[in-house]
Order: sequence, then structure tokens, then C-alpha cells
Amino acid sequence: MGKTIAEKILSVKAGKDVLPGEIIVAKVDLALVQDGTGPLTVEVFDKFGFKKVKPSKSVLFIDHAAPSPRKELSNAHNILRDFSKRTDAMVSDVGEGVSHQIMAERYVKPGDLLVGADSHTCTGGALGAFSTGMGSTDLALAFGLGKVWLKVPETFLFNLKGKLPKGVYSKDIILHIIGKIGADGATYKAMEFTGEVLNQLTQEARLTISNMAVEAGAKVGLIPTDETTREYLKMRGREEDFSEIKADPDAKYEKVFDIDVSSLEPVVSFPHTVDNTRTIKEAEGIKVDQVFLGSCTNGRIEDLRIAASILKGKKKNKDLRLIIVPASKEVYLQALKEGLLEIFVEAGGTVMAPGCGPCVGVHEGVLGDGEKVLSTQNRNFLGRMGNPKGEIYLASPATAAATAIEGVITDPRKYLG
Amino acid sequence: MILKGKVWKFGDDISTDHIAPGRYFHLRTNLPELAKHVLEDAREDFASKVQKGDIIVARRNFGLGSSREHAPRIIKLAGVSAIIANSFARIFYRNAVNIGLPLIEIKEVDNIDEGDVLEIDLQNGIVRNTTKNEEYRFIPMPKFMLDVIGEGGIENYIQKYGDYKL
Ligand code: SF4
Repeated sequence: MGKTIAEKILSVKAGKDVLPGEIIVAKVDLALVQDGTGPLTVEVFDKFGFKKVKPSKSVLFIDHAAPSPRKELSNAHNILRDFSKRTDAMVSDVGEGVSHQIMAERYVKPGDLLVGADSHTCTGGALGAFSTGMGSTDLALAFGLGKVWLKVPETFLFNLKGKLPKGVYSKDIILHIIGKIGADGATYKAMEFTGEVLNQLTQEARLTISNMAVEAGAKVGLIPTDETTREYLKMRGREEDFSEIKADPDAKYEKVFDIDVSSLEPVVSFPHTVDNTRTIKEAEGIKVDQVFLGSCTNGRIEDLRIAASILKGKKKNKDLRLIIVPASKEVYLQALKEGLLEIFVEAGGTVMAPGCGPCVGVHEGVLGDGEKVLSTQNRNFLGRMGNPKGEIYLASPATAAATAIEGVITDPRKYLG
Repeated sequence: MILKGKVWKFGDDISTDHIAPGRYFHLRTNLPELAKHVLEDAREDFASKVQKGDIIVARRNFGLGSSREHAPRIIKLAGVSAIIANSFARIFYRNAVNIGLPLIEIKEVDNIDEGDVLEIDLQNGIVRNTTKNEEYRFIPMPKFMLDVIGEGGIENYIQKYGDYKL
């Protein structure tokens, strides 16, 4: 019987033919924790008496509160640094950036099983890896035993058809899909994407789609690999990591969704759930106090380029703060070379260290009572950005840039000529 | 295993940010302190009033959001014996199994009111509402998960067997 991408990868990692619904034990290639989830992993790892980490790439990311805003978190960071020294796990410290971006740039390869104690670990699915988020205890076992238990998911196929209009991006596609199927529309399932639209999306744009699979409840968001994937790896000196991953033609899907992108407009998620989506027309004119451009969803070089092309030579609205956080050091350096950071600062924005930035409400850019923010991140839950009395709207980097200029949510197409 | 407790009701989409808000990120290495804020953004008085054995009953997609295992851990630490909902977010579900907190999916959550007393039979898939004299059925968890919960979580399970036993 034909297999979906998820079934194919998990069959290899379990060492047998697997079926959806089955519980399996699978070998882990890459494992990650971050500064919020990692200290608990360390505690459990030590309780088991494990000594060294088993997966060839085991990485501890200090990204959620980097640099640390308070002593408790500085101590948590030191737990990870100390763990790295004694177990051979790598540490990715302050200044390096968000785990999911760095994993994509440096480590993930098609066919891998990547598990991470962070829900957006699903980002790696865009490189054809079975890449999924789980808990701290799971990661202690993944580090110590080199394997995890998994329930093999059924797969939903999303067939992306048509031609992506100007001013509409992969962020709008995935927000649209989540709005359509709901925040629990794909719970426990694998999402797999296919169709002609993939050819119109760069590897970076694809990462945004897989990143948000968890916002529909999914376990993974898988995209078949192709020349675009090869090119992305090659640019990073990793061409040998490339392999072709795709579903069998006779694979069995639990559901198939046809999504025509040709008539899509920019999408905005309203507070306080990601599936509370509207078109830009229904959002235009809402006054915001802050714009955040960054996160593992949309803090890549391409995102910064799009925003900079809109902001170039312009000023942000005086009543709003504009915060830019490159997702990684690589993105930061590239943006520096291309003069993008200068454009942002000239426009009145502030550029912060690579990392999660304001996304999770631990430091930087916490909202005041009654304030609204337009953010390029992936989540807008109540309290997410540090204040349950704030409101979060989600949109693409282009919408964020246009909004920063006008001070109210703005259709980016008017700035795209 | 039969669990018995009094009901606390919650609505749809209770996220990990409601359960363990990001502004208490610095308390993640201090679970008893963090537990004092459990579910604070959904119901301010929950942490101070919840009693040992109580059962949470919610609607759709309980636990959506981040992978923070601290969320089910502090719910368990606060004394909750089980959570019943229409559905759960996947990582929350997995974390709860790993730490030995039973989760049950039933359709009839709207029949249950705050303060009702429930008895849950995990192996046979039955929730008895002794206040209303009703019974709701659910599909019991797969054997592996029941075994893990039976041991009180995957930590004890692995200590006992040394590996995953499927
Ligand atoms: S950027 Fe936001 S969503 Fe991404 S890993 Fe950091 S906190 Fe999580």
C-alpha cells in the first residue's frame, strides 16, 4: 500500500512498515530543547542517570529570553550551559537566534526525525523531515535513549492550486487554511502540502507554512522536497544532505483539501485565537500601538526584505513602536550587509538581538493594558505577549510594514505598486 | 483505576498561556510556585480553591499552544486527578500521559455542570455522573498509554522496564 510522507519517514525510523494509529518507538536523529523547556529536561535526564546524549545532533537553545532579563532565567541558562559541558549536547547561546530557524539553516535534512521540546519544531517539515514538538520529559528520553514513542498520524493533504496574487504570501495561505479548518482542524494529524503553488514559494516561504501546522493542531506539516530544497541546502554548503522525499502516488489520505490561492487576499488573525481570521478589508483601520516583525514564523531574510522594501525612505507612525527581531545570526548579518537594518532604524524602528523577541512575552516589547499589536508571529492567545489585557493581531511581514507606516492595520498592496 | 472528584468547568480553547502564562516564565524552574498561578488567565480563583481529586471538564481543544510540560504538571500538582474535554491539543495530551495525568474525551461535556461529582473508570471507558445519575462512554486509551498512566508516568515506567515496552 502507498505511503504518505509521514508514514514513509516513520517506517524507516521504526525499522518496520507502520500504519496510521499504531504506537511505535522511533529512532531520533535530531533533538532540541529551549531555555523554557530545557531545565526540566535536564532534571528528568539526571533522574534517569543518563550520562551522554545519544542523537548525533542534540542542541540546547537559549532563545526565548536571550539575553536574560532576570536572575532566575540567567540561572536557567546556566543549567543548560553546564549540561552541555557534561553530556556533549551543543549549546546555541545568546546572539545565535531561534531554534527552528537555526535547525533549518544548519542541521535538518530531508528524511530526518527531529523532536523538540518546543511546539514549533514542526517548522522542519518544510525540509521533508518528520519534525514535531513534544514535552520536556520526552526530550530527556530522546536525549538519553535516542528514541521516542509516537503514534503514527493519519494525514490530511492540502492541494495548493492557482497563482499567488501580489501582496499575498505564504503566511496568508497558512492563516487562511487555519481559519478554514479551525485551530483544532488537524489535531493529532499530519498535514502534507502539495500542488503547483509550491513552485511559487521559496524554501523560506515554505518554512512559514510548516511552522504554523501546530496552530491547526497538527503533529507535523510536511512538504515534499525538490530543487528549491536542494538549492537552499546547497547555499549553506549542505547539498549532500539533500534527498528526495515525497508521498507515493497511491498514498492514503484521511482527507484532501483543495485550496485555490488565486483569489486570496492578505489575511489577519484577530484576538485571541489563530483561527479567528478575516480578510484585510475587515481589519483595515484598526489602530495599533506596536508592530513586531520577527519570530520563527516570519523573521527570515526574505521577510525582512519584503518589509524593508515597503519601509524604505519612510517613517513609521509616531504613535506606534516598531520592533524588528531577525530570527538568527545569519539573518541578522545578511540584513546588515544589505542595508535592511539601516532602513528599519531610519524608519524609527528598533532592532533587537536574534531570538524569540516579544513573541512569548518574557521580555522585550511587553504590551501595556488595552494595547494592540500587529505581529508576524504565529500565535495570538490571551496573555501571549506578556499581558492578558493586550490584544494580538497576526499578519504577514508586508502587512506589518504597511501598518507600521500608517499606525492602523493597512492593506500592503497599496505600497507594492 | 477508578477516579472520583468534583467538577470545575472551563470553555473552548484553554491554551497553555491560560494555564502557565509566559509572564511567569521565570518560575518554570520552581513548579510549586508556578502552580500557584495555574489557569490564572482562565479563572483567577482556581489555584486557591481547587482541591485534591477535583476534575477539570472543558470543551474543545484543551491545552492548545506551546509544548510546555509545565502546564499539565502544575495542573496535576494542584491536585487535579483527571481532565475531561471534547478534545485535547496533541502535545498537551502527550505530556499529560507522560506525567501520569489521565485525559478523557467525551461528547457530553455540556451535560456536566460545575460541582457535579464524577467517577471515571479508565480501563472500561466510563464516566459516571453521580450528581445527575448519568453515564458517558469513551474509548479507553491504548494499552501503552494506560500502562504509563498506571505507573504514574513515563519516569516510573522507564525506571521499571528500562525501555519502552510495546
Ligand atoms: S519565536 Fe515565538 S513561537 Fe517561535 S520559538 Fe520563539 S517563542 Fe516560540
